Amino acid sequence: MKIKPFSIHFIFAWVFLFGFIPLCLVVIASFLTKDHVNLVSLPLTFSNYKELFSPLFAKVFFRSLIIALMTTVCCLLLAYPFSYLLAKSKHKSVLLVLIIIPFWTSSLIRTYSLIAILKFNGILNVILLKAHLINQPLSLLYTNFAVITGLVYNLFPFMVLPIFTNMERFDFRLIEAAKDLGANKWAIFFRVFLPNTSGGIISGCLLVLLPAMTLFYIPNVLGGARSVLLGNMIQNQFLVLENWPQGAATSVILTVLLLLLLFLYRHHGKGVIH
Amino acid sequence: MKPLALKSLAKKSYLGLIYCLLYFPILVLILYSVNNARFSLQWHGFSPRWYGELFHDRALWSAFFHSVMLGLNASIISTAVGLLACVHLFLNRSYKRRSLFAMLLLLIIIPDLVLGVALLIFFNVFLIPLGFFSLLIAHVTFSIPFVVLTINSQIHTLDPNIYFSALDLGASRHKALSKILLPMLWPAVLSAFLLCFTLSFDDVIISYFVAGPDFSILPLTIYSLVKAGVTPELNALCSITFLISMILVIIAHRLTRKSS
Repeated sequence: MKIKPFSIHFIFAWVFLFGFIPLCLVVIASFLTKDHVNLVSLPLTFSNYKELFSPLFAKVFFRSLIIALMTTVCCLLLAYPFSYLLAKSKHKSVLLVLIIIPFWTSSLIRTYSLIAILKFNGILNVILLKAHLINQPLSLLYTNFAVITGLVYNLFPFMVLPIFTNMERFDFRLIEAAKDLGANKWAIFFRVFLPNTSGGIISGCLLVLLPAMTLFYIPNVLGGARSVLLGNMIQNQFLVLENWPQGAATSVILTVLLLLLLFLYRHHGKGVIH
Repeated sequence: MKPLALKSLAKKSYLGLIYCLLYFPILVLILYSVNNARFSLQWHGFSPRWYGELFHDRALWSAFFHSVMLGLNASIISTAVGLLACVHLFLNRSYKRRSLFAMLLLLIIIPDLVLGVALLIFFNVFLIPLGFFSLLIAHVTFSIPFVVLTINSQIHTLDPNIYFSALDLGASRHKALSKILLPMLWPAVLSAFLLCFTLSFDDVIISYFVAGPDFSILPLTIYSLVKAGVTPELNALCSITFLISMILVIIAHRLTRKSS
């Protein structure tokens, strides 16, 4: 018995035409030359990729990577105990919805809402002054600190969800068993709990690390002149400098990096299972 | 007993602290949007006047209507396309399942930025003018994977034989679909629709690349205002937008949970 066959061809056509082909065009464009009239022109070249090994790009790339790594570490440190408590909580479903809501709502607006807290005469400074922890207000906004805060704030749910899912599937009787066999607290954590939740940790880190390099509006809103991420660079190359081939090459490198990490993750995941 | 109570208190306060940190900035935003003062941090009493000023801003209204129109169209198309595909895959063992899911997975893991750039190049190559249609295509493209995921997770709780028994009992295919399968699926469909709408309504990154000058949409208008700085009117605008998407997300979530 068959449903009308075009029902699946349509989604295929759509995803292929507007998803797959555009992504191929990025790869093609990355090998073309910049042209002032048509944006890109024919002579094929590797120079866009060679350019990416210049010191300027390397600097942006490493700064971006460091900011993304710090964001990931902060998210992980906050989210790991949080997910544990969540998985153990009686009101799991309500608490989970409260974590998912920010995931679907505008991250631009949530980034904007941080300004009132971080700015020079903002709430955080007022609280710190009132508590006599500082003598004069700190300039927090337009620094890398603000960018990392913004990124952690926006990407936190992406870290919680995979770790939580993993912990929920964890059989807590294993901890009892380890206790019975005489393991101490540290051994239970490092040799039983942590290895069993490492899958969630790795997927969470991937889900935070990669967007952290591309969310260009967070540095634009919260960061200073020095907080340029890979995402800002691609955005500039396309819309300000109009150097599309260069922007395309940067996007390709970003995607390759992502696929590489995913491949390593799958490889690692298989290693755990066997 | 005492250290145990202390421990549970510490656990609860950690959970509470994280939730406070997550929702405090939004709460502050909403409070300032009804504060009767332009520059002050102090509370000057409740006033809806910033909302009133938004009401008279015609550029904002047009961006709002554009966004709603775009969101509705994009969610209708992507929900319809996704639903047809899910039903097809559910009733037929298709060899295309794997390749379809691979492509959808690719769309999910590719950073939004790269998809935005890719579509910008695509529209330029095929001479599609940037405006309503470019945005519509982009929004449908990034929503489709979420529709398929939402509906697919629901459809697997059903038994395909329900549909085939309806056929055996003499129902036409059309009837078996519309009277048997769809009524069981509609919470998931509605939920997918609402999630698409919020995704489209809030998207900045992809829209930033594929929007044209003649068709302004709300998230991009907000973005340009945000870069200019904090104003009470913007607080009001952001509060409304946030509340709209939050309500839609909660409804969508309740729908899928009830049925499962």
